Amino acid sequence: MDFLRPPTWPDALALKAERPEATPIQGGTDVMVEINLDKGRPAALLDLTPIPELREWSREGGEIRVGAGVTYSRLIAELGTDLPGLAQASRTVGSPQIRNRGTVAGNLGAASPAGDSHPPLLACGAVVEAESVRGTRLIPIREFYTGVKRHALAPDELIRAVRVPVATGPQYFSKIGTRNAMVIAVCSFAVAVDPGERRVGTGIGSAAPTPRHAPQAEDFASGRLDWDGHGPLDPGVARRFGELVAASAAPIDDVRGRAAYRTHALAVMARRALGWAWDDFRGSA
Amino acid sequence: MRVNVTVNGRPMTADDVWEGESLLYVLRERLGLPGAKNACEQGECGSCTVYLDGAPVCACLVAAGQAEGREVVTVEGLAVGGGPSGETGLHEVQRAFVDAGAVQCGFCTPGLVVQAHALLAGAEGVPPDADIREALAGNLCRCTGYEKILDAVRLAASRRHPHPPP
Repeated sequence: MDFLRPPTWPDALALKAERPEATPIQGGTDVMVEINLDKGRPAALLDLTPIPELREWSREGGEIRVGAGVTYSRLIAELGTDLPGLAQASRTVGSPQIRNRGTVAGNLGAASPAGDSHPPLLACGAVVEAESVRGTRLIPIREFYTGVKRHALAPDELIRAVRVPVATGPQYFSKIGTRNAMVIAVCSFAVAVDPGERRVGTGIGSAAPTPRHAPQAEDFASGRLDWDGHGPLDPGVARRFGELVAASAAPIDDVRGRAAYRTHALAVMARRALGWAWDDFRGSA
Repeated sequence: MRVNVTVNGRPMTADDVWEGESLLYVLRERLGLPGAKNACEQGECGSCTVYLDGAPVCACLVAAGQAEGREVVTVEGLAVGGGPSGETGLHEVQRAFVDAGAVQCGFCTPGLVVQAHALLAGAEGVPPDADIREALAGNLCRCTGYEKILDAVRLAASRRHPHPPP
């Protein structure tokens, strides 16, 4: 195994072009588990932690460009107001020690269907900024996940940043697990309400081969919410929204839960999350 | 490969490090610092918690090469004088674990001491129980001595701030 330590971002891109089989490592919270438990032996590790600009985030127009090295801890501390859905999801990742190392970009690189970042990124329509020596490519999040632990990155590409729209309305993340820490989601759900566009965004985790959104549920809720009158959420609309979210999932039975439980739990989480978000929207109006 | 890392304030060098090796292995097997414990090797148990550039992390999930040129503080570095210098040298968090009886088999203790140290370094007064539980959520005690561990953290905090603000 080789340990590659590019001092600059252009060096990292050059190395990835030269060694496309190299595994990028940021916080190590996935990659090192694979190595420690002998589940996989990368030909080379490409350490991205020395590159300073990856650890930065910036506000560019209506979005936050979150560098690939920004840890969950910093995202929670520094971006909770602008990116509440992603910050809430970050808060449920592992433990303080894991959040001090893990990154959203690492979550994307691993592309586990259970990754906690994915549902809020889907709900708000984030964009993955991929880069290679060939140039920069912006990948809409809904096109990023291509299979179980598979993604749309080319072999020579690295994730430079994730571009996440600044929240224009309430966002919520909900996750089922056996305890309030160190939990891989049994299933998870995120909702983002965008009053300007009169749209509801959704994201489903750990209930399909890839993270995915629920387009029918989004269209249904966006069309039925009382955007003008700020009226309360109709319980029938909330329930139907939950059913449509659950219908968009394709869960399996596995060690963490049964498919039927996941379907049921998703409907409940979606109904509740929309209720919380809508109450916030009404309260702020 | 060679790894240069500052540990507990001292520049140290480890040679013949395998490229897939963890910082934990380097600390324990190459640098003679067995305080951080090796258990789950997947970040679940917190027994290997050390400071890396001031942030508590699981040393088992840091690739050795990622520690190149960086600052690590292990449980050995918390005691005054930075070594096994007798009980008078214990850090207040370590002292509180002893006094509260927060040690059973002792395996999880170093990780909990480092994590509790980090909690108190960033908190005013005696943190609420919810904050203590949250801070220690990634440290497992197989003896299940959690109540005494919570006592120890409260004790360390109260000794540091005998008159917390109202």
